[in-house]
Amino acid sequence: MMRLPKFRFFAPTSLAEAAKVLAGEGPDAMLLAGGTDLLPNMKRRQQQPRTLVTLSRVPELKGQSPDGEGLSIGAFRTLSDLSVDSPVRAGYAALQKATSLVATPLIRNQATLGGNLCLDTRCNYYNQSAEWRKAIDNCMKAPREAAGVFTEKLFLAGSAERQQRSGDEPGSICWVAPGSPRCWAVSSSDSAPALIALGAEVVLVSHEGERKIPLAELYSNDGMAYLNKRPDEILTRVLLPSAEAMKSTYWKLRRRGSFDFPVLGVGASVTLAPNGEVTSARIVLGAVASHPVVVEKATSVLVGGPLSDERIAAAADAAVKLSKPLDNTDFALGWRKNVTRTYVEGVLKELRGDAPETLGLLARRAQRAVALPVIQPG
Amino acid sequence: MSKVSIALKVNDEAAEVSFAPHKTLLEVLREDLGLPGTKHGCELGECGACAVLVDGKPVLSCLYLGLEAEGRSVDTIEGMAGGPDLHPLQDAFADLGAAQCGYCTPGILLTAKALLADNPSPSREQIREALAGNLCRCTGYLQIFEAVEDAVLRIARSSTSEVAAQ
Amino acid sequence: MSNVVGKPRRRVDGRAKVLGQTRFADDLSFPRMLHCRLLRSPHPHANIRGIDTARALAHPGVKAVLTGNDFPIPFGILPVSQDEHALCTDKVRFVGDPVAAVIAVDEDAAQEGVDLLQVDYEPLRTISDPEDALQNPEPKVQAYGKGNLHKTVAMEFGDLEKGFAEADQIFEDTFFFQGNTHLALEQHATVAHVDPDGKLVVYSSTQTPHYLHRALTKVLGLPAAHIRVVAQPNGGGFGGKSDPFNHEIVVAKASMMLGRPVKICLSREEVFYCHRGRHPVQMRFKTGVKKDGTLTAVHLQTLLDGGAYGSYGVASTLYTGALQTVTYHIPTYKFEGARAFTNKPPCGPKRGHGTPQPRFGQEVQLDKIAVALGIDPADIRLQQLLTDGAVTANFMKLGTIGLRECIEKVVEGSGWRQRRGKLGYGRGLGIACSSYLCGAGLPIYWNELPHSGVQLRLDRSGGVTAFCGATEIGQGSDDVLALCVAEVLGIEPFDVRVVTGDTDLGPVDLGSYSSRVTLMMGHAAIQAAERAREMIAVSVAKKLEIPRERVVFAERRVFDSENPENGVPFRDAVILGEAEHGTLGTVGSYKPPPSLAKYKSGGVGPSPTYSYTAAVIEVEVDPQTGWIEIPKIWIGHDIGRSLNPILVRGQVEGSVYMGLGEALMEEQAFRRLPHKRSGALVHKMPSMLEYKSPTTLEMPDVVTYLIENPDGAGPFGAKEVGQGPLLPIMPALANAVFDAVGVRVDEVPITPEKILAALDLKRRTGVGRVGPGKFPEVPWPEPAKVPTPWEGGDGRATNETPRRRDQRPQAPIAPEVPLGIGNRTQAERGVSR
Repeated sequence: MMRLPKFRFFAPTSLAEAAKVLAGEGPDAMLLAGGTDLLPNMKRRQQQPRTLVTLSRVPELKGQSPDGEGLSIGAFRTLSDLSVDSPVRAGYAALQKATSLVATPLIRNQATLGGNLCLDTRCNYYNQSAEWRKAIDNCMKAPREAAGVFTEKLFLAGSAERQQRSGDEPGSICWVAPGSPRCWAVSSSDSAPALIALGAEVVLVSHEGERKIPLAELYSNDGMAYLNKRPDEILTRVLLPSAEAMKSTYWKLRRRGSFDFPVLGVGASVTLAPNGEVTSARIVLGAVASHPVVVEKATSVLVGGPLSDERIAAAADAAVKLSKPLDNTDFALGWRKNVTRTYVEGVLKELRGDAPETLGLLARRAQRAVALPVIQPG
Repeated sequence: MSKVSIALKVNDEAAEVSFAPHKTLLEVLREDLGLPGTKHGCELGECGACAVLVDGKPVLSCLYLGLEAEGRSVDTIEGMAGGPDLHPLQDAFADLGAAQCGYCTPGILLTAKALLADNPSPSREQIREALAGNLCRCTGYLQIFEAVEDAVLRIARSSTSEVAAQ
Repeated sequence: MSNVVGKPRRRVDGRAKVLGQTRFADDLSFPRMLHCRLLRSPHPHANIRGIDTARALAHPGVKAVLTGNDFPIPFGILPVSQDEHALCTDKVRFVGDPVAAVIAVDEDAAQEGVDLLQVDYEPLRTISDPEDALQNPEPKVQAYGKGNLHKTVAMEFGDLEKGFAEADQIFEDTFFFQGNTHLALEQHATVAHVDPDGKLVVYSSTQTPHYLHRALTKVLGLPAAHIRVVAQPNGGGFGGKSDPFNHEIVVAKASMMLGRPVKICLSREEVFYCHRGRHPVQMRFKTGVKKDGTLTAVHLQTLLDGGAYGSYGVASTLYTGALQTVTYHIPTYKFEGARAFTNKPPCGPKRGHGTPQPRFGQEVQLDKIAVALGIDPADIRLQQLLTDGAVTANFMKLGTIGLRECIEKVVEGSGWRQRRGKLGYGRGLGIACSSYLCGAGLPIYWNELPHSGVQLRLDRSGGVTAFCGATEIGQGSDDVLALCVAEVLGIEPFDVRVVTGDTDLGPVDLGSYSSRVTLMMGHAAIQAAERAREMIAVSVAKKLEIPRERVVFAERRVFDSENPENGVPFRDAVILGEAEHGTLGTVGSYKPPPSLAKYKSGGVGPSPTYSYTAAVIEVEVDPQTGWIEIPKIWIGHDIGRSLNPILVRGQVEGSVYMGLGEALMEEQAFRRLPHKRSGALVHKMPSMLEYKSPTTLEMPDVVTYLIENPDGAGPFGAKEVGQGPLLPIMPALANAVFDAVGVRVDEVPITPEKILAALDLKRRTGVGRVGPGKFPEVPWPEPAKVPTPWEGGDGRATNETPRRRDQRPQAPIAPEVPLGIGNRTQAERGVSR
């Protein structure tokens, strides 16, 4: 049986206590926010925090409330709850779809929104047991000298330090791009591209206070230092702006209809004026880089005109250019890049209101998967 | 590492159990509470064999710390029948070939039980979706879907006859 | 009129399974039990220079450390491939090869001990695939074989040149079938302890307790009678638990050394390293046909990537050629097969053992032939069916053949005649057929003994207990055993207690492999039950004062067929029998009929009879992305007779499921790192997340037709159903993709990437095909020349010296070893601390 390494355990019952414990334990502590990603990583000795601080008993993180005309969502809400939540369904389809597509129903009952947003980046050379990684002499994300020990402090390690560590010596290489000074592990969150498309902000709380940043700014395009969050900070809330007049969706690509992480995710939102003119648009790609990729060019291509086939094609062109999958997930990378076009076009056509049967088979599947009725809360 | 002790409810009975603090609920159930009915196929959340109900919701016991179960109510396959008679889902699974090797069966039965608690008459698509986190390598799932559908009818029949008896 | 045969019923072990009370090996626990973890090699190929165990031994909680020095005697499932050691002695041959074992008070301590072991390795060049093995005879992965070729075989049945000369057209195609694994949900587990009387007991998740018993006897040097192997119900097998495994032998030895129970349960990753799954096979089919589609000659070449050990590999290699002839009439046939050793986990038997790969090639090529000749693919198959009882070119003696009905059913059900080729671009139908063994005609090791035995005990309680070595792996063998006894004795299956999988308590059954259990154990059970019935009938006849012939057993009664009122309850009938004959007990056994294939290697392929299957698959293919979906499958299976239709349907649908996984996504794939930086060769995805196994959302609707045409060779007419229905799925899917979008994927799995690549090729070159190119150059041996039955052949090769019985590779049935555990000194038991 794969078992966890040993750790110290804290279960604070208030946010203030959690922040204090976290500060006191230092960078070798990690937050447990559902555990469906962290615990497997710990069992594989990818991450071996000395201390775990569970957020399961912190009431402030579980609630949800209107926030002006928007919505404030506690980071410890489970993905299951969000996928059947009425305000989310009504105003934020991209989030509803993303949360209903993560992993499996069983995992969604445990996994939380905050956990999914802070999900460790993934790579076929990294998400392996310590024994397997030894067989490839490890990689820079799970270096041999750390014996699989990897904590949030490495998130903050500057690129200069990694530059020094890179080179040919074992354990400091990125096997998917051996010439590269950085790690190319893949951002694999479903909710992140959906929420960035929706214009979300997140609140980070530490014992020193709190700060609010756009969600997009939480991430860096670096497989190791992927989170711009200090180890003593807790992601407490997700803030969504008013959803009025905005339409959104999220499509996920993967081999199977459940279990699998995305090999491509497309979150999109558009606001259409009564005359059909696009007044705002955001397209965000997941799982094609070490961070969610905002396709800025798509916004400039789409805003100011109708969602015509030509404009949609131009937006898709812009997305394909930014979609740079590597050979470290499921599916051949060329094919994944190829599907980016299909997905971005399909997503925009769905938002335009095209009938599903006018879309291709894969696009219909992407829609059908999320259109499946979900269990109503009891 | 010294053991920790927690109190919880297991199959509707109060229980106290001591275990090494880094153990998962799966390990605590199988090794410390003497309930080996909960199975494991990967211990990484990739198969669904270890599903149990915590406060009525199906979760993966392999990714659930034993410590997190403090004060909660855990249901395992051992408590599903609740007496000499099988739960209608168990009867239907046994009658209709939904259990071949029987290894994924406890997790699937508990997941299906939670489904029916939320949605007493699910469609085939809803059954598929609810069980999409439980791998089965023997059956090809079809007899499992049929057994869940049959259990719905059995439950409806028994509640009808209860009403009739009153 | 049958009592229970053919009636849909709850299986006898159904209640235990839904209660979670089935005890799998890892569910067992004993007082003072210790736990074992294995250290596995991080190198694909390396010499072991030394192992430092001192730090591990000093670790708190660690009780013992074992290494290859503790296991000098090799083992292996086949007598000709005794190439495994419980722990590697001198070298490691793949990433995951077990090197040392740590036994400790709990799994954590054992793993910590493993982490403290230090092994000094000398890396060797890696042999990564069959081409590599062909080009590099050195360094040798195994000491035996020619270079890195484990085995080459060649045989020719009839005058092949004449066959090709008679053809109007000759088709040549190459195919590749990727390896895949069983992925049974239960991970392998074993618990061993020494009984109070000093005998060794090993509980294990094994499909073959008898073969494990033999391996333990050999490696541990104990008398077979002092070892008891208990196969716990398996949480799925599919062939993956058919070899004796390292960990089973390690914990057996450890429990003897330490005098305490020792358990091991493998991690999922370790199960991928145990493997023994589907061989990756390259194939070349050269086939001659007449204009009307009649086959005149087939020349098949196969090259198997065997991995690092022999396992069942010699049999697997022969199986890639043995069953091509039993589906359609092939007048002349040549088969050449080779298996290479490579530095990867060993391949072996997975559901269909060696036959799905060439079945894929044969059925896809037949589709191409039909298209080229303008014949309906269903018709080209119907045209050349074999007749009941036929003997094939390679001397396989067939039983009943229900393939015509299978094809007709799926053709009708799918609307094949109206819909094929007419569903529009992107949608299509494909058909394929297959046949499979109902039990291997020969055992793994040469002997004249029964393949299955059943012992019955009946007593004055009316209770009937059936004892048999057969192993319940989920397929329902316990149910078949109870059913066969109940049917004969006119009682209910639930009235029969079954005791199975235990080498101490039941007569030998060779194991749950080769689709043999229903047929062989069934016959043994029927014979035992008929003998008991006869004894009881005689006594009841006297009591009722009627002739024996009029005594009937049904509905838990024994009565007069002419006056059903005149009778006794079954229990009273047993009492009458016991009063007359003394304590009642009977035995039955079964051995397959002798094979007609007398040529060397003719031992693989013969079976008492064969099952037949036909399938039609409907697909949707997205031309833009190559994405593929399967709305529906129709499958017809010639079951002979369904004993319990619920279980039969479950086997058909389960086979369809597993076949779809292979067809669409499952791959036991490996990764090499850039050569100049690393010699690593690792399993690409040894996890249930990345080894893609279809979920509830991928399973299409399946319409199952059971063709019931009882075969005299089977118990109550039954044939196998556990493996055959998997075989047509992969080729039917490939053929459906062609019907949908006009491209050929001559490879398994058939993925969106490959379909899209084929569509691109078609656009650019006009030929839409992805698949392997040239078949590699293999140094084939001179073929054995065997004249066919229609050439007057007698089943022997004209260029082989006939082998006498005493030249068979001899393996002792039960090697004599003088000492048991109990009367050995500690030093003799090898206790090192």
